[in-house]
Amino acid sequence: MNELRISGFGGQGVIRCGYIIGKTAALYDHKHATLTQSFGPEARGSACSAQVLIDDKPIRYPYVSVPDTVVAMSQEAYDKFGGDITDGGTLLNDEDLVKPGDVTGGPKLYAVPATRLAEQIGNRIVANIVMLGFFTAVTGLISSEAAREALPSSVPERFVDLNIKAFERGYEYGLAATGKAPEGEKAAVDAE
Amino acid sequence: MMENLGLGIMMEVPTVIINVQRGGPSTGLPTLPAQADIMQARWGSHGDYELIAVAPSSPQESFDYMIMAFNLSEKYRVPTLVMMDECVGHMTEKIVIPEPEEIEITPRKLYDGPKDEYLPYRPDEDMVPWMVRAGDGYRFHTTGLTHDERGYPAMNAECQHELVTRLMDKIRTKADEIAVLEEDEVDGADVVVISYGISSRVAIPAVERARAEGVKVGSLRMVTVWPFPENRMRELAKEVGALVVVELNMGQMYYEVERVAAGNAKTILVPHAGGWVHDSEDIYQAIKGGAR
Repeated sequence: MNELRISGFGGQGVIRCGYIIGKTAALYDHKHATLTQSFGPEARGSACSAQVLIDDKPIRYPYVSVPDTVVAMSQEAYDKFGGDITDGGTLLNDEDLVKPGDVTGGPKLYAVPATRLAEQIGNRIVANIVMLGFFTAVTGLISSEAAREALPSSVPERFVDLNIKAFERGYEYGLAATGKAPEGEKAAVDAE
Repeated sequence: MMENLGLGIMMEVPTVIINVQRGGPSTGLPTLPAQADIMQARWGSHGDYELIAVAPSSPQESFDYMIMAFNLSEKYRVPTLVMMDECVGHMTEKIVIPEPEEIEITPRKLYDGPKDEYLPYRPDEDMVPWMVRAGDGYRFHTTGLTHDERGYPAMNAECQHELVTRLMDKIRTKADEIAVLEEDEVDGADVVVISYGISSRVAIPAVERARAEGVKVGSLRMVTVWPFPENRMRELAKEVGALVVVELNMGQMYYEVERVAAGNAKTILVPHAGGWVHDSEDIYQAIKGGAR
């Protein structure tokens, strides 16, 4: 089983990001997935996190115990959840919003300027989807084909193209960051 | 809510009420789970009564049991509660929605006899009176007061006795028929874990862990929580060494189990004040403690 925590502050779309990951796994990768969420009473600005479990078998215990993958879209989320991760786990963050401190247990650290890339595409609102693309490329926990299938029905219709662009941007960046893409492409991505 | 619940029971109105339980009392823990309204569901309105309640543990079951709840409320003409909790209420999982023709619907029992012979509270053999549709020309009278078969107030001890006895017996005498229990490896078990709703999911890893260590542990998951399945529980208490009750409260259903176990089996409560689900370790330790 894979245990994921997607965290940030309310309004960034971290729950939506977790939702699409779970939906992709459950409906298009044909696995089992459970999403639970925790949030403060405030609608925007408070720390919030989505917990996603992915398994080949039905999931019983509905919450994350110790996550193997953490996504942090804010410093507060990083400070709160960045230290709680399995040995050899994966930590993804928005490099413009998170300054990683000393990370214990040696998780693999991957950073993407998700919000900046989203702004370049045209709207920072899709930072979560840039992160989704990055997550897909880096972790391989969901297949990119399945994520592309899940995306159109998971976002408002008039923003489908923008979201697909955001996903691809994050995905390419992730391939480059993990060396899955040829060096030339990574250089091109870095240069942008 | 509780006044209306009583009114629905008295007027025999098919109703489904959803209670997504959070930690209490009072404002308590918004957005965090509990199962501490289980006794409120059963006894929250004043007066003597019986009703039906179901407890889903997943989005799929929330869909399936909602249909079950509607069917039960129609069949028995009684408010039926869907006792969810915050965890299930906010949970997202894959669900499969069957084709409409595959969904079993219990049709409302409609009266179609002569108009001048219709009595809205004259019970059928199953103790449940017939309903009529508004506009079909039948005279229908109802009230929250103790009433006779015409639906007119009849405030005396005889009428009260007859009415309340029927309202309770139409559910109580059908408790075995209404009960939906999921039993797993209960035959020959030394310990049986009893749970409902989200706690039944949380209990499974602890049960599997104890089994892997050779403990003969079964599980009984209550899909319907009310009416209490007295007969089955009583039987079970005579067959096993211990009954472990896992619920997100400080002991509610536990006391029902203890009552019917009547000393025939050890009863062990795994309590939790709410705000999260049980730690699997606590359930595991209770199972080990109950094993002979």
